[in-house]
Amino acid sequence: MSSGSDILQTDAPPSQPAEKLCAFKPDLLLSEDHHLCPGCGEPIAVRMMLEAIKELECSRRAVGVIGIGCYTALTGIIDTDLVQALHGRAPSVATGTKRMLPNGLVYTLQGDGDMVNEGLQEVIHSAARGENITCILLNNGVFGETGGHMTASTVVGQRTKNTIDGRDAKEHGQPILISEMLAQLSGTAYVARCGVFNASQTVHTKRILRKAFQTQLDGKGFSFVEILTMCPTGWFVPVPEGPDYLENVLGSVHKLGELKCE
Amino acid sequence: MTQIKSRGTVNIATERCKGCELCIPVCKPEVLRMSTNRNKLGMRYPELLPGCTGCTACLLMCPDFCFEVYRYQEPILHEVDV
Ligand SMILES: Cc1ncc(C[n+]2csc(CCOP(=O)(O)OP(=O)(O)O)c2C)c(N)n1
Ligand code: SF4
Ligand code: SF4
Ligand code: SF4
Ligand SMILES: [Mg+2]
Repeated sequence: MSSGSDILQTDAPPSQPAEKLCAFKPDLLLSEDHHLCPGCGEPIAVRMMLEAIKELECSRRAVGVIGIGCYTALTGIIDTDLVQALHGRAPSVATGTKRMLPNGLVYTLQGDGDMVNEGLQEVIHSAARGENITCILLNNGVFGETGGHMTASTVVGQRTKNTIDGRDAKEHGQPILISEMLAQLSGTAYVARCGVFNASQTVHTKRILRKAFQTQLDGKGFSFVEILTMCPTGWFVPVPEGPDYLENVLGSVHKLGELKCE
Repeated sequence: MTQIKSRGTVNIATERCKGCELCIPVCKPEVLRMSTNRNKLGMRYPELLPGCTGCTACLLMCPDFCFEVYRYQEPILHEVDV
């Protein structure tokens, strides 16, 4: 017995018999160390993605095509085959990769700046053609890596480095809701939006990623997962408030749900 | 005096912790709290009190892979002053 007011020892595995339920890092991550900011949502989403790939037993078949943003810093520790695309071009590179490697599980990992601004036509045409690939968008509503500026998915009222009083629809226009847009195309087989703002939504994110990958494995066509992720650095939000801000501010416009499941 | 049961426990890599506090509110039994001490990065880090269920919520929300979660074969009992 220990005294309950004591802080328990947690600097080593327990000494009493216990089953390890979950390790520090997923098997497909080579190291726990990275330089993304405190409270960033991207490593949480990447954990779910790598666990989904492993659970589907596709570790050695998976090929990631990576966009350019903060998540690109994780490419040094993601243990699937990887191709680095130019800004926004990942869906087109993934198209070529899948056509050359039809048995591969080909996914893209992109941000909203990368996908919805810089390479918007790439994802639209790939989806419209019904390419049998899975595109994954980490949507934080900012160009995080280059300093937190407005993107095409920044919501009205959201403060960014160049919309310091909040995005104003009259001056900056309305955001693009990319999942809704892609779901309209007959080439898309699976489209869903989720977010990593609490533990159950994070688990749900993995379920959605598995469905999207399964869509590709079944040869059904283009699958798309938009994951809302925290960027407290870009949002001028105290780090612990990131998840609530994500759920209430971005999540009220980019609404969660499965938009298409064929 | 009363007893609190820990069904599970966590191993915390406090030196890697960036002090974001995302793990704190997702712990439903409220057995994680931030330290007053700071690690080598200058950050406060989570500490565990009795009553962990091994639910893995903290691990799921940690961007820095600081948690490893265990479930005890037999729950551990702690004496607590009320
Ligand atoms: C062609 C080109 N234009 C601009 C840049 C600069 N750049 C690098 S990362 C980035 C922002 C990426 O934003 P996003 O994809 O949303 O990722 P985040 O950092 O928010 O995760 C920009 C503009 C670049 N690398 N290449
Ligand atoms: S700037 Fe934003 S997206 Fe980039 S690492 Fe920091 S919190 Fe994450
Ligand atoms: S495993 Fe669950 S109960 Fe235990 S510390 Fe983590 S969040 Fe709290
Ligand atoms: S979520 Fe991870 S990095 Fe953030 S305070 Fe908790 S242990 Fe530290
Ligand atoms: Mg972004």
